[in-house]
Amino acid sequence: MRNNKPVILRGCAVCVAAILGTVTAFILYSGIEALTQSSRLALFGSVWSPASGKFGILAMIQASILLALSALTLGWVLSLGLCCLMNGLAPKFIAKIIMLVINMMAAIPTVVYGFAAVFLLVPVIRDALGGTGFCWLTAGMLLALQGVPAMTIIMNGAMSQISRESKLTSQSLGFTNVQHLTHVVMPLSGKAMISAAIIGLGRAVGDALLPTMLAGNAIRFAHSPVDSMRTLTAHISLVLSSDIGGGEHLSLLLAGALLLTFCAIVSLAARHLIRGKNS
Amino acid sequence: MKKKFAALLFVFAFMASSVSADPLDAFKDLSGTLDIAGGTAHIPVMTAAAQDIMTFNPNIRITVAGGGSGVGVKQVGEGLAGIGNTGRPLKPSEIEQYGLKTFPFAIDGVALAVHPDNPVKALSTEQVRKIYSGEVTDWKDLGGNAGTINVYGREDGSGTRETFTDKLFGKGELSPSVNVVNSNGAMKTAIAQDKRAIGYVGIGHLDNTIAGVAVDGHVPSQENAASGEYPVVRNLYMNTKGEPTGLTAAFIDYIYSEPGAKIIEKSGYIPLKREK
Repeated sequence: MRNNKPVILRGCAVCVAAILGTVTAFILYSGIEALTQSSRLALFGSVWSPASGKFGILAMIQASILLALSALTLGWVLSLGLCCLMNGLAPKFIAKIIMLVINMMAAIPTVVYGFAAVFLLVPVIRDALGGTGFCWLTAGMLLALQGVPAMTIIMNGAMSQISRESKLTSQSLGFTNVQHLTHVVMPLSGKAMISAAIIGLGRAVGDALLPTMLAGNAIRFAHSPVDSMRTLTAHISLVLSSDIGGGEHLSLLLAGALLLTFCAIVSLAARHLIRGKNS
Repeated sequence: MKKKFAALLFVFAFMASSVSADPLDAFKDLSGTLDIAGGTAHIPVMTAAAQDIMTFNPNIRITVAGGGSGVGVKQVGEGLAGIGNTGRPLKPSEIEQYGLKTFPFAIDGVALAVHPDNPVKALSTEQVRKIYSGEVTDWKDLGGNAGTINVYGREDGSGTRETFTDKLFGKGELSPSVNVVNSNGAMKTAIAQDKRAIGYVGIGHLDNTIAGVAVDGHVPSQENAASGEYPVVRNLYMNTKGEPTGLTAAFIDYIYSEPGAKIIEKSGYIPLKREK
C-alpha cells in the first residue's frame, strides 16, 4: 500500500523538490560565480567603497549575525516565559488572554510592527540613549517581538500536551504546579524548544523589512546597541534596484548564497540535535 | 431589466466619452507591448502612466524596468526596449552609435533638508561635502546647536541619490556612517522626527514637516528649480531609437499631455513642455 501513492501526488512532490533544488543550486552557483569573478572586488573584505571598487560585505555579515542572535535570544526567552505562564504559573484566564494576544500578534503584518516602531520606539531610543534611534537595539527588539508568536505557539503546543498527559501522575506524586512545570514538562519539551529556536533564528536572519526600516543601514561594524547597522537582507533589498552587473550586484549574489547556506546549516544542525534527543 | 441595463450602459458610455476628449483616446485602437527600461527616478512616472493606459485598453501591455541610465541607453539602442530612460543628456557618441532621439520631460530637483527647529538653514557646497564625507560631525561647527549630526542618505540605485551625488556631493567617498532609508517618504519621516538630522529629498517632497536648506544661497523650491536658479537639478529623458511610432509615440505623447504632467508632479518632479 505504501508504494501505491497516486502518480499525480508523486509527480507534484518531484516537481516541488526539483524547483526548490534548482533555486538552491542557482543561488549557490551565482554566489560562487560572484566570488570567482571578483577576486579584486574584495567581496569578503571589510571595506565597502564603490568609488574605489571595494565591495566588502563583512560588516553586513557581522550585522546579520549580531542582530539575529540578539533578537533570537530575547524572543526565545520571552516565548519560554509566556509558555511557562500558560502552563502552570498563571491562572487559567490569564493563560487564555495570553494565547489570544499571541494569536492576534501572529496575524499582524510585519510592516505594521515596523511602522509603529518608527513613530513610537525610535524617538524613545533616540532621546534616551542618543544616536539616531535607527539602530541594532531598535531592530533587535522588534525582530524579537515579531518572532515571539511562532516560537510561543510551537513551544506551547508541546508543553501543554506533555502537561496534560503527566498532570495526574505529577499530582499523585505530590508535585506542585511549579514543580510539575520545572521538573516534568520543561525537561520533556526540549525538542520543541530547539525547534522553536531554529524557526526563530531562520526568521530573524531572513527578515528584510524590519532591519531595513529600523536598523539604520549604515555600512560599518556596529560596536554598541545604538549603532546603525546593515544586515545582508537589508542590503539585498536596498541595492536590488541598482544597475545589473558590477560589484554591487555581485555582492547581492554572494549575500544571498551566504544567507541560504547559513539557514541550511542551522536547519541541518537542528535536525541532528533533535534526532540525538530522540534516540 | 435588460433595457435598464442597456440604458445604464449607455449613460456610462456617454460619461466616459464626455470626460475624455481624453489623451487616452489615442490608445483606443492600439495593441501590443511596450518595454521601458533605464533610470530609476523615472519609474514612478512610467508605471503610473502605464497603469492608466493599460486600464483604458487591456490589449496593451507596458513593462517598466529600472537598471539605471546606462542600461536605458543600451537597451533602447539594441532594440530590447521601446523607450530607454536616462537621468542625463545623451552623449554624442550614443546618439551617433544608435541613432537615438531624446525627449526631456521633467526636472528632478533634490533639496537638502533638516528638522524645522534646526537653526541651520543654509550651507555651502563645501560644508555639505564635509558632512556627507564625515569630516564635520557636530552641528556647532556649522553654526547650529551643539550635537552630533545624524546624516541620512538614500540607497544605491536611487535616482534622488544620483542627483545628490552628481550635482552636489561630487566624486568623494561617502562616510560609512550615513544612515540609509529607501524612499522619499521614509526620509521625511526620519528628518521630521530627528532634530539633529540632515538628509535630502526630491524637491516636490518638501513640506512644512521638514525644512529645506539653501545651498550656496540658492533656496530649494519648485519655482527656483524650474527657473534654473536652484542648481541641484537634472532633466529626466525618454529616448527612442529613431523617430517613435505607434504605441511608443502615443506613450510619449501621453507623458507630455495634461494628465501626464499631473503624474509627473505627483511623482515629485516638474513637468517640461515638449521641445519643438
